[in-house]
Amino acid sequence: MATSIPASNSKKPDSRAAVGRPAAAVLRRLMRERKGAVGTVCMLLFILVAIVGPRVAPYNPIELHLEAQLAPPSARFWWGTDELGRDILSRVIHGARVSLAAGVLAVGLAGIVGVAGGLVSGYLGGWIDAIISRVWDTLLAFPAIFLAIGIVTIIGPGYLNAVLAVAIINLPTFARLVRASTIALRGKDFVEAARAIGAPNARIMFRTILPNCLSLVVVQMAIAAPAAILVEASLSYLGLGSQPPTASWGNMLTAAQSYLYRSPTYGIFPGAALTLVVIALNYFADGLQDAIDPRRTRAGAQMT
Amino acid sequence: MIRHVLLRILHLIPTLFLASMVIFFIIVKAPGDPAQITAGPEATPEQLAAERARLGLDKPLPVRYAVWLSDVVHLNLGYSLLARRQVTQMIGEAIPQTLRLTLASMVLSILIGFPIGILAAVRQNSRLDAVVTGLSSVGLALPSFWLGILLIITFSVRFRWLPPSGVGDPDQGSWYNLRYLVMPVVTIAASNLAVFARFVRSAMIDALAADYVRTARAKGLGQRAVVVRHALKNAMIPVVTILGIQFGRLLGGAVVTEAVFAYSGIGRLSVLSILNRDYPVVQGTLMLVVCLFLIVNLTVDLTYGYLDPRVKLEEAR
Repeated sequence: MATSIPASNSKKPDSRAAVGRPAAAVLRRLMRERKGAVGTVCMLLFILVAIVGPRVAPYNPIELHLEAQLAPPSARFWWGTDELGRDILSRVIHGARVSLAAGVLAVGLAGIVGVAGGLVSGYLGGWIDAIISRVWDTLLAFPAIFLAIGIVTIIGPGYLNAVLAVAIINLPTFARLVRASTIALRGKDFVEAARAIGAPNARIMFRTILPNCLSLVVVQMAIAAPAAILVEASLSYLGLGSQPPTASWGNMLTAAQSYLYRSPTYGIFPGAALTLVVIALNYFADGLQDAIDPRRTRAGAQMT
Repeated sequence: MIRHVLLRILHLIPTLFLASMVIFFIIVKAPGDPAQITAGPEATPEQLAAERARLGLDKPLPVRYAVWLSDVVHLNLGYSLLARRQVTQMIGEAIPQTLRLTLASMVLSILIGFPIGILAAVRQNSRLDAVVTGLSSVGLALPSFWLGILLIITFSVRFRWLPPSGVGDPDQGSWYNLRYLVMPVVTIAASNLAVFARFVRSAMIDALAADYVRTARAKGLGQRAVVVRHALKNAMIPVVTILGIQFGRLLGGAVVTEAVFAYSGIGRLSVLSILNRDYPVVQGTLMLVVCLFLIVNLTVDLTYGYLDPRVKLEEAR
């Protein structure tokens, strides 16, 4: 799970209001800072690779070239081949899709369920809140990676199950965030007004309160995504996530570790791709956070 | 104060209770039949039934949970299905390994992370600051399993200086075994010191901008005295939190790093037992990890309240 790490204190608070800033203005502010711009551009590049990757990859990622096992980088195989003679470059390109999709799916799922849980417990309060909050307390009693491993033990290893586990370990953060801002907004005049005209609870929660904490949720999604990608890759590395022959950066590194003495370059490329994606997404998250609300502190993906 | 501490400890009990239920049901719901594992694949149905009765698997779930919980409270974690050894004994062997790894990497990351964080803060926006901030971004993003593989490529494959995996041989001297510790420690320290450098830098910048630092400067104190005596002392308050959080995380075993180097600590023990469906060991290690994690988090909270008198007791969650 992401550790909150304030990194920069140099920004002066912007006098213009932070919440509800139109997307175009946020984008402009995001691209103005060098870090935010670099992160955004790199992130878009990786997304492009993930989308068009299968068309541009030189080989089929599961095509065997048994005459060229563990080949070093060459003109034919730019990044060399793995233990079955599969092209590493093509596999890394396909891995981009696996990793980015894991980040998007896990964070999206955690966001949707966490927001709903946070709205309900923050708005309704009482025993419902008490029960829901206990659930988050219980989840937070486990170190994140242990919780993820435990969940995968129950539902079985596999890509989608690993993504689900990563979503679950991110749930409490979203739920607590939304719960806190719902409680803060609950007594505001515009919420009272909605209640006075007889709007049902569900409408007040999702149409009146939710839009006002959406920017917080979006920022939290950006912060959680790189961490989610790292945890999914770790699960794959441990053999609990995406399984061979699917090319994921995590399980490529597991395989690479068995052949380090014969082919040291094998272990370099998948990890480099993973690290670059996480750095880009962290920069993007930092930038987005500043662009939406310069007063908030920053966070980065970190995992032990 | 004592009443407050006791109350906070009492508050842990429901969470611990719920966590123990989760841990128990992980095992109940997980695929695979423990009786089948201990009785072997060729057991007859009668043998299986006998094995089930011996392990207490034929009783209703609430009864099994109650028996298990009372065993745990009495520190009887049962026997490993595979190793046929007491779980407490296996955990007892893994704890010193994890402790060694945790302490060494904490010391290393504090020794490096704190000074560079302070330097970066004192010379904010300098080239040095940019280098520290940039490196800490990389350190935060580096997956521990990849960094571990890079270290193995460099120091085991290329230079053949260090063994690529294991914890060494207890019969050999500690200097010999120290070589097994180097790469895991560096791997963990890399991400930790990035966290510390970032956190210390940010806390120091806040402290250096505070009124009391301006007052100290106005009194005519030198840079060194201002930084060390005034800013640093106050900056350490928020830093204690992150120190404790990282420590608690590591005590539970650095799961991935221990896996990379086949380092037999708590993390590797739990992952191996999960992969082997050795449920008593899974339950035991998870209970230990959760207890440690909760205790460390509570200690951090209480220390924070103690260091910063402005944090009111009631507010400390």
